[in-house]
Amino acid sequence: MIEVRNLTKRYGELTAISNISFTAEKGQILGFLGPNGAGKTTTMRIITGYMPATSGTVKIAGYDIFEDSYECRRRIGYLPESPPLYNDMTVLAYLRFVGRIRGIAKADLQDAVDRVLRSCGLQDVPHRVIGHLSKGYRQRVGLAQAMIHSPAVLVLDEPTIGLDPRQIIDIRTLIKELAADRTVILSTHILPEVSQLCDKVVIINQGRIVVEDLLENLTRNTTLEQVFLHYISQDTAVPGAAAEGQA
Amino acid sequence: MRNALTIAAKELRSAFVSPIAYVVLTGFMLLGGWFFFNLLNRFNFLVQIYMSFRNPEIQMRLNLNELVVAPLLGNLSVVLIILVPVITMRSFAEEKRAGTYELLLTSPLSIAEIVAGKFLGVVAFLIIMLSLTAVYPAILLIYGNPEPGPIAAGYLGLFLLAISFATVGLLTSSFTDNQIVAAVSCLIILLLLYVISWPAETAGPTLAAVLKYLSLTEHFSEMVKGVIETKDLIYFGSVIVLALYLTHRSVESVRWR
Repeated sequence: MIEVRNLTKRYGELTAISNISFTAEKGQILGFLGPNGAGKTTTMRIITGYMPATSGTVKIAGYDIFEDSYECRRRIGYLPESPPLYNDMTVLAYLRFVGRIRGIAKADLQDAVDRVLRSCGLQDVPHRVIGHLSKGYRQRVGLAQAMIHSPAVLVLDEPTIGLDPRQIIDIRTLIKELAADRTVILSTHILPEVSQLCDKVVIINQGRIVVEDLLENLTRNTTLEQVFLHYISQDTAVPGAAAEGQA
Repeated sequence: MRNALTIAAKELRSAFVSPIAYVVLTGFMLLGGWFFFNLLNRFNFLVQIYMSFRNPEIQMRLNLNELVVAPLLGNLSVVLIILVPVITMRSFAEEKRAGTYELLLTSPLSIAEIVAGKFLGVVAFLIIMLSLTAVYPAILLIYGNPEPGPIAAGYLGLFLLAISFATVGLLTSSFTDNQIVAAVSCLIILLLLYVISWPAETAGPTLAAVLKYLSLTEHFSEMVKGVIETKDLIYFGSVIVLALYLTHRSVESVRWR
């Protein structure tokens, strides 16, 4: 479904990511982990067609993100780190706007809006102005815009940040449900979330992939925390090698 | 096209949700009203003076088009230089700052649709803005007898001028995520285009012709006199097309870097 091959992105001298490759299948939730500044956002921006890679390819449902950018973008829902909201719009007006620019036919728009209002728990606030909403609601509006057009691929950058515990459970359940017939890339710093939700884990450090494996293989005789710390300390410092023995 | 209209509708709505639209419209009407009042006053004053001369020939030469409408539109055009950058400064800069640029660029929209949407949104706003000032010539038409033809030509000129300003504003807004930078750089470009013909009087004939051709004022003042010439229409058309093309390239450039 998503096939990332040898992706490299340089900003002038700085190499943000180098030679990144991974795949995610339909029905999979891929946990995309890494310390801050590792290149997660850059990778997601390339996958979603926001900016091109210096080299390498991304294929979404068989379409190349650079060659067939339009077809790819139709199939992707993206929640960036800070939700892309218009503060002066009401929730309803905003979702209608996003639905239309994502190519939903006029006849289906109301249904799509109702569906995401319900699934993201926004039924009580459709007429509220987004700028006046709490962080949790804003995050949910962001999630609603990412899935309004029922995309085959969902790219979510820290979707549960700023939510209260009950909302977190709701959103996790929702992501799990959504993933049944689509592919989800989930970037997060909350490792228990990855343990609960994800089928596959990719850890990236300093712009390189340090591990790509199924969650069950990685956590067979250790915890995800240990795996994460082990892999991200590997190329930064030699003492990291000691972690190998402990793990 | 549908997508462009969707974006245009969003632009127009968000203009009227923010206080900027109301401040701009009120200010424009206030200044317009002040110009109109004073020009009309001066016109009345001149009529009274010439009446005392009892010379019907000179009296005939006083006309509302030349003494009220033309200077009114000229003054409004100067106000537009300052207000249009304020209207357009948000268009791209605010999207970048708020992160909604990512939403637009990762949606299945072409860049042409995004730019066209922004452009149509601001054109719709300018139509509203200029239609409001139609009240002044309307008063003249009701209570006086100006020629409607030159008024229409003058308004066409003012409208083309405003659209040209707006496309320059869209361009500068697409360069930055800072609204102030967008507004100020647009203002400077517009002022330069306004005064670029100043050295024409002392320059050589070729350079003078070029400078005069580049100047917005020269083309606009022809139209205010009631003369619609193809060369002026072509000039405004090329400014608009060129600025929109550059805006398109500038928005697209995120895909090259």
